Amino acid sequence: MGTYLDHAASTPMRAEAIEAMTPYLDHMYANPSGSHRFAREARKALDEARDLVATTLGCKPGEVVFTSGGTEGDNHAILGAVRRLGGVAVCPASEHHAVLHCVEHVHGVVVRVNSVGTVDLEDLQRVLEEATEEQPISVVSVMAVNNEVGSITPMRDVARIVRKYAPNAILHTDAVQAACWVDLREITPLVDALSLSAHKFGGPKGVGVMVIKTGKNLEPLIFGGGQERDRRSGTHNVSGIIATAKALEVTDKTRAEETERVIKLRDRLVDEIRAQVDGVLETVPREHRVPGVAHLCFSGVENEALLFLLDQADVYASAASACASGAMEPSHVLEAMGIDRSWSNGALRLSLGHTTTDAEIDHAVSAIVSAVNQLRR
Amino acid sequence: MKVLVAMSGGVDSSVAAAELKAAGHDVVGVTMRLWGGESDTGCCSVSDVDDARRVAQQLNIDHLVFNFSDDFDKHVVTPYVQAHVDGITPNPCIECNRHLKFDRLSERARLLGFDAVATGHHARIERDDEGILRLARGADDAKDQSYVVHMLDQAELAYTMFPVGHLTKAQVRERAIELGLRTATKPDSQDVCFISKTGGRETFLGNRIPFRKAEVVNEDGTPAGKVDALELVTIGQRKGLGIPGGGPKQYVVEVDTPNARVVIGEEASLYRKSLIVNQIIWSDMHDIQRLRTTNDVLVQSSAHGTAIPAIVEILSESSIRIIWSEPQRRIAPGQSVVLYNMTNTHVLGGGIATAE
Repeated sequence: MGTYLDHAASTPMRAEAIEAMTPYLDHMYANPSGSHRFAREARKALDEARDLVATTLGCKPGEVVFTSGGTEGDNHAILGAVRRLGGVAVCPASEHHAVLHCVEHVHGVVVRVNSVGTVDLEDLQRVLEEATEEQPISVVSVMAVNNEVGSITPMRDVARIVRKYAPNAILHTDAVQAACWVDLREITPLVDALSLSAHKFGGPKGVGVMVIKTGKNLEPLIFGGGQERDRRSGTHNVSGIIATAKALEVTDKTRAEETERVIKLRDRLVDEIRAQVDGVLETVPREHRVPGVAHLCFSGVENEALLFLLDQADVYASAASACASGAMEPSHVLEAMGIDRSWSNGALRLSLGHTTTDAEIDHAVSAIVSAVNQLRR
Repeated sequence: MKVLVAMSGGVDSSVAAAELKAAGHDVVGVTMRLWGGESDTGCCSVSDVDDARRVAQQLNIDHLVFNFSDDFDKHVVTPYVQAHVDGITPNPCIECNRHLKFDRLSERARLLGFDAVATGHHARIERDDEGILRLARGADDAKDQSYVVHMLDQAELAYTMFPVGHLTKAQVRERAIELGLRTATKPDSQDVCFISKTGGRETFLGNRIPFRKAEVVNEDGTPAGKVDALELVTIGQRKGLGIPGGGPKQYVVEVDTPNARVVIGEEASLYRKSLIVNQIIWSDMHDIQRLRTTNDVLVQSSAHGTAIPAIVEILSESSIRIIWSEPQRRIAPGQSVVLYNMTNTHVLGGGIATAE
């Protein structure tokens, strides 16, 4: 295998999670909503998973809703709030499309971002203050960590402003990219709703977790059998939920040591690249960024060409988000940050995770340096 | 050789990739994303990219998508719109070949270390007795596309491959069926990819430029009718001119853009003895000298038109006068005019028709 530096897109499943889910893919197949003994065993596993998730997130078990992923959580928070409460949805311009396209869909307000890619707090305050009684703010969604550049939002400041200027609004955070690097117990108490995606922290794809605080009512997106206390119908993905809980537990327990280990790897990666090639912009200062993300812009290089050469050298990375056809789109995040196209055309996201090794960093440095040199010839 | 093959998701480029693979080349497929806007003609759509990717998977070659939509907008769409404002009839597919497939893509291919770029065009590249690379017509007369790729010079011909040029269209489809390629029975694309079938050119241009009303006059200057959009009028056009029926057929013989006037006349007024062609690209620069002494050529001025005898007068390296052996109907300014040798086998060069 090559060098995998695309953990922010998806990180390998934790071995413990695979082990925990396997029986539920095999002989423990009952529907946990059933009334027989076999179903009760599945139900017990599901309840334990929910308790585990609640402990890790710092909320009550009843506030945990299992979903199909981060996108569903984001949609549920924004569409669910606007459908239930009316009013206006607000988010910053650097949100993931799962939030941004929802807010645009309900004709909400998009707030400016600052040069590190997090919400411009003054602009947020202005938008909240300008809301009218006829059109109050019903939901504010602010990502905890940006998926492209890795910048960390000061959620405490966001919460202070939202509580002061839009006290009735639902405050939601897309914490998909935070799970690996930030103690979620510090974020959950600040917000009314929070969304996670399991495959970003070593769980399986197609499973997500949402926190919806007691008393905060969102219109469900999916109606049916009334699972998840009527908040999200559909038969539980039992094996996926169990793996998710396990992966989150392992991530939480190893976070401190992983943070220390990965920061060293990431800083070495960036420092060694910058020592060998000129014209490299480190998009966000390190103190504003999670350990797992190195986002660089190379002048005079096109990222489609760079990614091809890295792929050929068995280094797997990414640039901005890809559209449905697979083509690279210019990054809306970098555009919102005010980064010139001459830089953003050469954007490269290298994201590290729990399997990243020193040898991978060595390989990546040499492959990136040689690819950039080839493209600048 | 390491070859980058442009795969549109159609049958020709699918088989082109298969032929290269079968010949033992190290092949990577790429689909260019060109048009970002609305379209219903299929080109550049997600389903075409899906087809290209699935064919690449079947052939066990890598497949990439390059987003060249900014370049396409700059070099094809914007000039297309401006040409209509200027009273010129553009050929966007040729400009796309010129600027995207054989410039932007081949530039990137060189940068990435490829030895050649291939496409599914029906044309052939052959070396003649003197060692000169010749852009020859494709094996299938009815599908020959040498006209639309006429702009390749020696350096570009040396870097380009047309792996299906020696096959007829029927043979291409047979190969695709043999290989079980999902694109085997896909219909050929016919239209300009960014113009929707439902809205057409009128809607596309109408969303981008204000149309000017224009007076339609006879050749003696007397009023004959009115049109709502001067920009949509082309030389040779007969319909939609707001003139009463009866009498001899009337054609647009002149589009006077500065004065917003359309001149109509009888068919005879459309005929011209000569034509000046600018922005000539020669397949081989030596042909300029040859044509100074032996100046007989065949001239093709549409994608599937007949090549017509003429003699050529070299005005400069990039400009010629064509003197038809018999008067020909006027060619709308902006159209590509391509010269072929007298045996009608290969391209000598080509350029853009002027109003003269």
